[in-house]
Amino acid sequence: MAYVAIADRDVHGHDPETFFLKYIWSQDHKVIAIQYSCVAIFVGLVALVLSALMRLQLGFPDTFHFVDPSQYYQFITMHGMIMVIYLLTALFLGGFGNYLIPLMCGSRDMVFPYMNMLSFWVYLLAVIVLLASFFVPGGPTGAGWTLYPPQAVLPGTPGAGSGIILMLVSLGIFIVAFTMGGLNYVTTVLQARCQGMTLMRMPLSVWGIFMATILGLLAFPALFVSAIMMTLDGTLGTSFFMPAISSMGADPGHDGGSPLLFQHLFWFFGHPEVYIVALPAFGIVSDLLSTHARKNIFGYRMMVWAILAIGGLSFVVWAHHMYVSGMNPYFGFFFATTTLIIAIPTAIKVYNWVLTLWKGDIHLTVPMLFAIGFIFTFVHGGLTGLFLGNVTVDLPLSDSYFVVGHFHMVMGVSPILVVFGAIYHWYPKITGRMWNDRLGRIHFWLTFLGTYAIYLPMHYLGILGVPRRYYALGDTEFLPESVHTINAAITIAALVVAASVVIFLYNMIVSLWKGEKAPSNPWGATTLEWQTPDTPPKHGNWGPRLPVVHRWAYDYSVPGAPEDFTPQNVPVDARHATGTGHGEG
Amino acid sequence: MAIAVVLVLLVIGSLIFHFASPWWFTPIASNWSTMDDTVILTFWVTGVVFVIVNLFLAWVVLKYRHRKGHKADYDPENKKLEWWLTIITSVGVAAMLAPGLFVWGKFVDVPDDAAIVEAVGQQWHWSFRFPGEDGELGHSDATLITPENPFGLDPDDPKGGDDVLVASPELRLPVDRPVKVLLRSKDVLHNFTVTQFRVKMDLVPGMITHLWLTPTVPGSYEILCEELCGVGHFAMRGRVVVTPPAEFDAWLAGLPTFDETQALAAADPHAGAAQYAVCAACHGAAGEGNPALNAPRLAGQEAWYLRRQIHAFRDGVRGSHERDTYGAQMRPFAAMLADDASIRDLAAYVESLPGQAKQATVAGDVDRGRRLYGTCASCHGVEGQGIWALNAPRLADMSDWYLVRQLQNFQHGVRGTHRQDFYGWQMATFADGLKNERSINDVVAYINTLDPQPALTARKD
Amino acid sequence: MGNTAIVVALLVGIAVWFAVASRLTAKPWDNRAQDGDVGVLRASPQRIGLWVFMAVVTSLFTLFLTAYSMRMHHSVGWCHLTIPNILWVNTGILLAASLALQFAANAAGSGRREFARTALVAAGALSIGFLAGQVLAWRAVGPSLYFVQGSPAIAFFYVLTIVHGLHLVGGLYVLGRSSLRFARGAELIDLRQSLSLCATYWHFLLLVWLAVFGVLLFL
Repeated sequence: MAYVAIADRDVHGHDPETFFLKYIWSQDHKVIAIQYSCVAIFVGLVALVLSALMRLQLGFPDTFHFVDPSQYYQFITMHGMIMVIYLLTALFLGGFGNYLIPLMCGSRDMVFPYMNMLSFWVYLLAVIVLLASFFVPGGPTGAGWTLYPPQAVLPGTPGAGSGIILMLVSLGIFIVAFTMGGLNYVTTVLQARCQGMTLMRMPLSVWGIFMATILGLLAFPALFVSAIMMTLDGTLGTSFFMPAISSMGADPGHDGGSPLLFQHLFWFFGHPEVYIVALPAFGIVSDLLSTHARKNIFGYRMMVWAILAIGGLSFVVWAHHMYVSGMNPYFGFFFATTTLIIAIPTAIKVYNWVLTLWKGDIHLTVPMLFAIGFIFTFVHGGLTGLFLGNVTVDLPLSDSYFVVGHFHMVMGVSPILVVFGAIYHWYPKITGRMWNDRLGRIHFWLTFLGTYAIYLPMHYLGILGVPRRYYALGDTEFLPESVHTINAAITIAALVVAASVVIFLYNMIVSLWKGEKAPSNPWGATTLEWQTPDTPPKHGNWGPRLPVVHRWAYDYSVPGAPEDFTPQNVPVDARHATGTGHGEG
Repeated sequence: MAIAVVLVLLVIGSLIFHFASPWWFTPIASNWSTMDDTVILTFWVTGVVFVIVNLFLAWVVLKYRHRKGHKADYDPENKKLEWWLTIITSVGVAAMLAPGLFVWGKFVDVPDDAAIVEAVGQQWHWSFRFPGEDGELGHSDATLITPENPFGLDPDDPKGGDDVLVASPELRLPVDRPVKVLLRSKDVLHNFTVTQFRVKMDLVPGMITHLWLTPTVPGSYEILCEELCGVGHFAMRGRVVVTPPAEFDAWLAGLPTFDETQALAAADPHAGAAQYAVCAACHGAAGEGNPALNAPRLAGQEAWYLRRQIHAFRDGVRGSHERDTYGAQMRPFAAMLADDASIRDLAAYVESLPGQAKQATVAGDVDRGRRLYGTCASCHGVEGQGIWALNAPRLADMSDWYLVRQLQNFQHGVRGTHRQDFYGWQMATFADGLKNERSINDVVAYINTLDPQPALTARKD
Repeated sequence: MGNTAIVVALLVGIAVWFAVASRLTAKPWDNRAQDGDVGVLRASPQRIGLWVFMAVVTSLFTLFLTAYSMRMHHSVGWCHLTIPNILWVNTGILLAASLALQFAANAAGSGRREFARTALVAAGALSIGFLAGQVLAWRAVGPSLYFVQGSPAIAFFYVLTIVHGLHLVGGLYVLGRSSLRFARGAELIDLRQSLSLCATYWHFLLLVWLAVFGVLLFL
């Protein structure tokens, strides 16, 4: 049958033999996934250090004097861009997507392994170009991760010379890498599932990553378009985004361009981007909850439809980032409506996660703790989104610390909790070892409580009126002194959380040698990646025969089954009917 | 187990934080209390969801935790429950959206009787313009901006002649009268925010945006820029003072119109030379300065800056701090100048003085100073030549000991703390970035190496 | 904005079709139904991959054209570009290249090696001819960069045609590899898919070109 041929096709001919071909210039999706993840985590740590420096300036402006205003703005820009694109997007799609999709779909590898391999190296090139901007005259761009023109290419903003150009070039390279990877993820899911693996039998991890990839493929071109046009504005003096202005008393020679055009293009990409980060997290956390609660995900069909609905709707909400941009105010009515509508499928997912735990058999493992932490923080972050999505409520809160609190909760806390939970969850399969449980729990508590302590107060700073992107608040006539105290407290919490990452890294690295050898399915999970003949899975994943799938991904605690989980590749037997009571006769 | 307890504690803690904290809305001073109402409504709806969902989560985690013999249910779907949840959620969402859109409709619909004022934003300052007696603002264009015409008004447009110009960052508005604030940017994106007014809007170069409000409470309110506009973004502040209408009218009447600013006779450096005679005693016959008398070099300093400082000394905006000994000395001298015309003539004369090779007296690490100077360059120019558009005077070739003292004065609040000294306040904020004496010496030592001549020559072309 | 709405509506339409066609309404815990039929689309991965890529490129050009129209409406003195006549010729050449490549693909499918070779060479030559013609058009529009700064219409002309040209170059790279395999005596049956996909891609780029050319002409 056609699908067997595709899933089974050993496209690259034979097993790689040398160290170089096995671990470096490798077309194996698992190796590529680890490569992506390592680079993403490395560059994420760079961004974490930048954020620590920023917080030192904000929390203790009179004590620390190694960050000046130019550097501060460069740090916030690089921190933001790295975290959103080079860490979260690359890690969820290039990292988890690459690792999980072929395994969860029962195929041997991605359908275009050579292009998949290239996508990593092109991603690495994008990272190198980005980090190079630290070393050029003028330093990296300090225009904010949103890179708004005209300031991004004009004097007065750090990095307005080479820094912004390198950033834009790096983004262009990243988009090429993403497209190469994305073609793989989408085509593999569509065409290379093993026998019996219908779309509706796929685990939600795959659905989340799949939908996120589609979003990325369609939305990243908007960033590409605006990057090209801004590069031309900054280098050749075109006026795509640049109106006639008097910049520092001089006329830079532009005319007629529209800064709002950039914002529309940027956010047409930018809003789907946040769902590119969120949807894989939604999918993965569903599987974490289900596995560790020994219970099927509640309302699987609604979960799939919600993922699709959120993905589709994410293309028509972008201008809620532009309520105070000066765009036609009547657009506010439309975008507030679509934005609040998108809250509905998102809320359904939240309910279904909690209902998955309801009447479950909840094992409070470290992955489960992170998953529960996700629910709590995502509820918070999602609810604050309702403030900002409603145009009138947004008006006093826009560009304040309320926004900073909101987007960190939904992008920086919840998905990161899922990243940690997922790494702990799949670590035994990827490495064949178990990590230290105690350290994992310490890491969880410090991260969960620490991040809440950082971002909850920020919302109240925003309500007071504390603006975002301020190097120093200084003395104002209306903000109380206690604002400075809160800032100091937030900084301390941030430093604690940053330090706790060390515990995580130590655990992950040392366990590679010292960890107990892990069984092939320590959590008793049903999905295919746990049913590989070898742990860690070898090249080709499945040995001589591909798996055949007979059931959906969530046969946990099926009444009458011998164990509290039934893997997807276990045949259906008349005695082990489904919960509906309708067995094959 | 612990997680369930912690979840409950976090919910309770969050509620306590919310209700007991002093960090809430800054008291409102405009008609937009309905916006506060929509925020509060949203807090109630989302708060209820936050509490219910998380307490339910905590209860579920507790009740269904794994114990020996405990088994999970198998329950793939419950369509009825899911539909109910969807419906309730939709109702909640609509309950928040509808009032929000209603109030937005009010914001979009500017009252016909709203007065007009224009707020002009630039890196990193505010200025304002009123339409004058004809009720209409004259045409403006970024390409018309010059030091003599900082608003960039078209001199050929008859509607612009009577526009009242507010060159300082302090705007006054009459209480209880609706006002439409037109927003214009000279250079990059900015944002006009007064927290107490609740409404805000970006300034977009190439477009005129707007917001409207009715100030309801007399008082003084800070304007904050809330769209990242470069390195000085956080220091771009202004003030709106809301007063009774009579006070406002009096204030407005005292401000110059565009025609009046253009009708000023050209400054006469020769007349200025005569004025300068009394200054020469301290500042030197050629304006070269005299460190022994604590008088800095003036020769070649830009006229607009000299004018502003003389006005500042005269009006007590500078030199009235109790620890500003030398500033206090300047005040009677500034008062000796009879009128604004004299000040303009004097400043023009001093700007024309050629100046001589300077003596560097401050030692420091020039390389470290170069790095520190990076931020200063954004306003004062890469060669320290000064940029009039940014209200940043020339630094290069000026007395280095004087620069050191002024930086210290800014840091210690001796200069820049007067309510009307907006530019001084900005400098104080930036001076705070130089944390110690070593940094000050380093940056001034670097400034000593700068050669502004090419930039100054280019500017004259 | 209108174009974006159209694209989004199209995408939503595709999504709905996909959802229905893939039987996303099935109840997957009901184990009886689905052994065997996995619901893959009846096409090779390479073809699916190409279609996905073409969707990405469509998104790219739609966004460029939307930006063009938004920038045009924003501008006060939009100076309409005079289309150099060579672009008409180029359009014809691209059409011919597309046809030639389709003939090559058909010939490979029906085993006519000689004809396939001729058509392939013609397609390659015509495509390169198109690119050469584009270079001539760029030189006709503005011999110096000064003109890029002067008018947004010109800047857009360059950006749109260069991006289109680059996509054609990418296609030529793939076509070149297949041609090399052909020249080295590969079996027609092995080349059939590659030539067919190249032909599809060429038709797609022709459509993109017609859209770009049309917008430049009429807006």
